[in-house]
This record gives sequence, C-alpha cells and structure tokens, in this order.
Amino acid sequence: MASSKKKETAKAKAPEMERMEVRLAGSGGQGLILAGLILAEAAGLFDNRAVAMGQSYGPEARGGASKAEVIISDQDIDYPLATRVDLFLALTQEAADTYSWDLKPDGWIVVDSDLVSHPPSSRAVALPFTATARDKLNKPMVANVVALGAITELTGVVSRKALEKALMARVPKGTEALNKKALAAGSKMAKAYQASGQLAGQEPTSEDV
Amino acid sequence: MAAGTSKAAGKAAKSRKGQARLLQGNEAASLGALAAGCNFFAGYPITPASEITEYMSREMPVRGNPFIQMEDEIASIGACVGASLAGRKAMTATSGPGFSLMQENLGYAMIVEAPMVVVNVMRGGPSTGLPTNVAQGDVQQARWGTHGDHPAIVFCPSSVAECFELMVKAFNTAERFRTPVIFLADETVAHLREKVILPAEGDLEVIDRRRPTVPPDWYVPYKTDGSLIPRLADLGEGYRYHVTGLVHDERGFPTRRADEVEPFYARLFGKISRHFNDLMLTKQYSMDDAEIVLISYGCTARSCRAAVRLGRERGIKLGLLQLLTLWPFPRQAVEAALAGRKAALVPELNMGQISREVKRVNDGRTQVIRHSKMDGTMITPEEILGRMREVA
Repeated sequence: MASSKKKETAKAKAPEMERMEVRLAGSGGQGLILAGLILAEAAGLFDNRAVAMGQSYGPEARGGASKAEVIISDQDIDYPLATRVDLFLALTQEAADTYSWDLKPDGWIVVDSDLVSHPPSSRAVALPFTATARDKLNKPMVANVVALGAITELTGVVSRKALEKALMARVPKGTEALNKKALAAGSKMAKAYQASGQLAGQEPTSEDV
Repeated sequence: MAAGTSKAAGKAAKSRKGQARLLQGNEAASLGALAAGCNFFAGYPITPASEITEYMSREMPVRGNPFIQMEDEIASIGACVGASLAGRKAMTATSGPGFSLMQENLGYAMIVEAPMVVVNVMRGGPSTGLPTNVAQGDVQQARWGTHGDHPAIVFCPSSVAECFELMVKAFNTAERFRTPVIFLADETVAHLREKVILPAEGDLEVIDRRRPTVPPDWYVPYKTDGSLIPRLADLGEGYRYHVTGLVHDERGFPTRRADEVEPFYARLFGKISRHFNDLMLTKQYSMDDAEIVLISYGCTARSCRAAVRLGRERGIKLGLLQLLTLWPFPRQAVEAALAGRKAALVPELNMGQISREVKRVNDGRTQVIRHSKMDGTMITPEEILGRMREVA
C-alpha cells in the first residue's frame, strides 16, 4: 500500500520546470512572507524541485510594502532573486505599483479585486481574496492562504497536494480546518474564474496574430 | 565541558541527517554554530541579523547553555570575551552599526587571544543607513575596523549551505588559532531561504582549543611551543593569570621591553600566517578555458554564477573565482585566476573594496575592472554582462 502510494506521487510529479519566478507582494502584516515560505516548501520539499526564496521589507514595524520572491526550478538556482517575474500576486495598490516594473510580458498578474483598484495591466486577474476571507471565513487573516489556493489552481506552479502538505506543516495547531477551507475557497474562485471564460477571452493566442 | 557539548550539538544535527530542509541563511548559520559546539551567546538584536539572536534565544536554553540579551553590542562582545576565557565557545551576531560598536572589544579579544565568532550581516551604511537592504560595505572594516596592526580572519558565505559550512569552519578556526573570527554575511544571503541537507555528525570535524596539561601552579598563560598558540585555561578552574589589553609577557603582565614586545607581535601574526593555506578558501566555476574572469564573494557571487552561465550561452567565455575567505586575502588563488586572462571584472556592492585588493595582487598584468553598485539592491547578471562590451 505504502509503496504504491509512493509510486503515485512520483508519477504525479509535474513536468520539467526551467525557472519559474513568483513574486508575492503586499503590505507588512498580510502574511505574504509566510505565503512565500509555504509555496517554497511545497515546491522544494514536496514537489522536490530546487527552490530559493528571498524577502524584502521596509524598516517599519508594521505596514510598508513587503514582498517575497520564490524561484522554482529543476536546475540548480544560481541567481536567487527574480529577474523577470512569471507570476505576480499583489494584495495592495502600493505593492502593485511598486513591484510590477519587471514582469514578464506574458506573465501572470493576480491582484486582490478590492484592495487593488488600478491593476498594472488590463489583463490582470482580479479576485476577492480579502473579502472572501473576511466575509465567508470570518478571518481576514487567511487572505494569504486564499490567494495561494487561487494562484496554484490558475498556474499549477506547485501541485495542489504539495501545497496542502506544506500548508499543514506550517500553520499553528487548531487552525488546520480553517486553513484548508481558505485554500479550497481560493481554488474554487479560480476555477469559477476559469469557467467564466474570462481567461480564454483575454489571453491572446497565436491565432490572434 | 566543551567537548561534551560539541557531541550533543552534533547529535542534534544527526537527527536531521539526510532530510532536506528549507532554511534561511541566518538559521543555517545558527545551526552551524550549534554543530560546531557553540555554548554561549550574547547579543543585541538588529536587522538583518536578528534571526540568529532569535534562533539562539530558543536553542541555547534547551541545551542548558546561556543566552544573554545584553544592553548593547559593546557589552555583547564583552560578555563573549569573558565567556570565551571561561572555556565557552562564544558567539555574537550583529550588523553594521553594532559591528562598529564592537571594534574596541574585537581588538581586546585579539590581544588576549580569546577565541570567538563575531557575525556581521552587512546592510547599507554608514550609520543607520539602509537597515533592510543589502550591501557589502564592511569588507575593509572587517579587516581594519579595530585599531593597531593585527591579523584578521574573515569568512563570507554566498548560499545557505555555505552559511552552515563556513560557520563550522569559523568556530574551528577560532578554537584552533585562539583568535576571534569574523563571519561576514550580507542581507540577501542571511535572509535567503534554500533547500539544504545538513551533513551528518561523522562528517563534521569539530576542533576544541588546547587546554593546559600542567597543574595550575605551573601554568604560564602565554608560553608557547612550536605552534605559537598558547594553551588556554578555563577561568574559574584554579588557573589564575593576568588578562590585559596591554601588550604582555609570557605570564600575562604588561611589558614595554622591546625584546618582549617584538616576539609578542611576531607570534600574534605568525600563529595565523604560517597556516594561510588552510584558511584561504575559494571556489571556481568554469575557470578552465575562461577568457574573462569574474572575482566575487557573498551574494554577488550568485549574480556572477548566473552571468557565467548566460555569458557562455552567448559565446562569452566567462569564469568565476568565488572568495569564501576575504581575509587573509587569497592572494595565490587570485594570482592564478588572473594569469593569462584577457580581463577580470570584480562586481561588489561597495565602491571597490575587494577590486583594489585584486589590482594590488595583479600588479598591472591583467586588465582589472571594478563593478560597483550602491543602491540597496543586488547586482543582476545582465548588469555584469553589460560590462562585457568594454572587455570582450
């Protein structure tokens, strides 16, 4: 039983990844460095890829723009910070403005629909992370986990299984159910977004050219 | 006592053997210290070194060892000198402003030959500067920060794995040579998280200082054998001797006699300079057929590794010499790296603190170009490749 399970996870391993640069940005206190840590552990320890995570914050005790960058690759990671971001998550307007200057032209841009009124691009995916955490889960604190669930569903940057394992290993005892709910809520809103066809309508394909 | 503790710390490392972990540079440095037998920590938290103080405040009491948050950095290194002379493997961790405050007692540790490890995680300076940004501005301070001519041993990691390895090396070096050793990291490496597998207990060499084998009455504190390194008695064990920042004779008492002062300095320098080859650590990347060589250290070496890879994809034959030891300056490795190359570029986050050393060693034979950056961010691989037009 155990060995067959092992085989399954080995088979489930996603295809070769060259270098994926993820930037999670917001305000100090929104839990984006923790979100980065969970994403990095999911990719590094559970999806078994090479991973490097950098973080940046201001001198303020709270508030101020803050970001975490996670580089995921199947090759050895030499330069450990982002150079051209493949996936950008912004949970505040300030973060969206400050950290969006070096995005890959066709990279993912995901923003909080309530806190980012002016996304850096019209093709940004805007989803209600904070509103969902506040109104549906009664804990605005878990907006970061809702966002993690959504970006994973949208992009497959890490496997859902790995993300859940990493999340459960990190969150405080007694909050597992809440965090699982938050993850599911994020993934659900991403699925709804995909089903609505908004993505297909926005992403230009080779046929459009 | 110290030997017993080393074993316990080694055991802690063993229990995690073979298991990959996502660790931050500061955490790996702390784990390295514990694995090397660190059993005393005194410090004052400061960004970007606070995680070390935090980690030690959790781990030291668990192991029955002291952790003290002192009133400032002057007192922190002072406590380390005392603990070291009492037989402990002592460490403190700080950043630029605190490192400046420590300079006086660093000299004191040097002259009384108290082994310890001083961590300086570099951030933007001078003064409060850029507290949360990366910089490499303390390279010459680590060498010359305390007054008077003196030897200095400074290690500089560029990855999380190297934080662990070099910290073990730093403790072993401090114990072996009875001298303070500086562990000079930077904000990027200290806060970087990477997947690492810690080495098993058996793979770690842990060195303890040599203690006197004679009874207390026969102990002459600064008398040495051929090694030039005096045996260090644990204060409080009955070995009474005089400790002073003045230049002292074999018995530890102040002296101005030229025939005692001269051998004192000769021994202070000689005990380290005769082992330079064990101390000068470097790594090479794609150096065999390199036409242009990058010489770098710390987080900037990571930019250089990417530049070597990207440059070679574009047909530029780049190589990298990474310096893990900054002081004593790895002269022989740098000389060899420069020989027969078209040019050398020295990227660093200061106005040329190591490039000047490279130029000194080069003595005008190869074109040596500095690449300085001081805006609180890392040098990117593309910035390095942008300089290639000038040399290629």
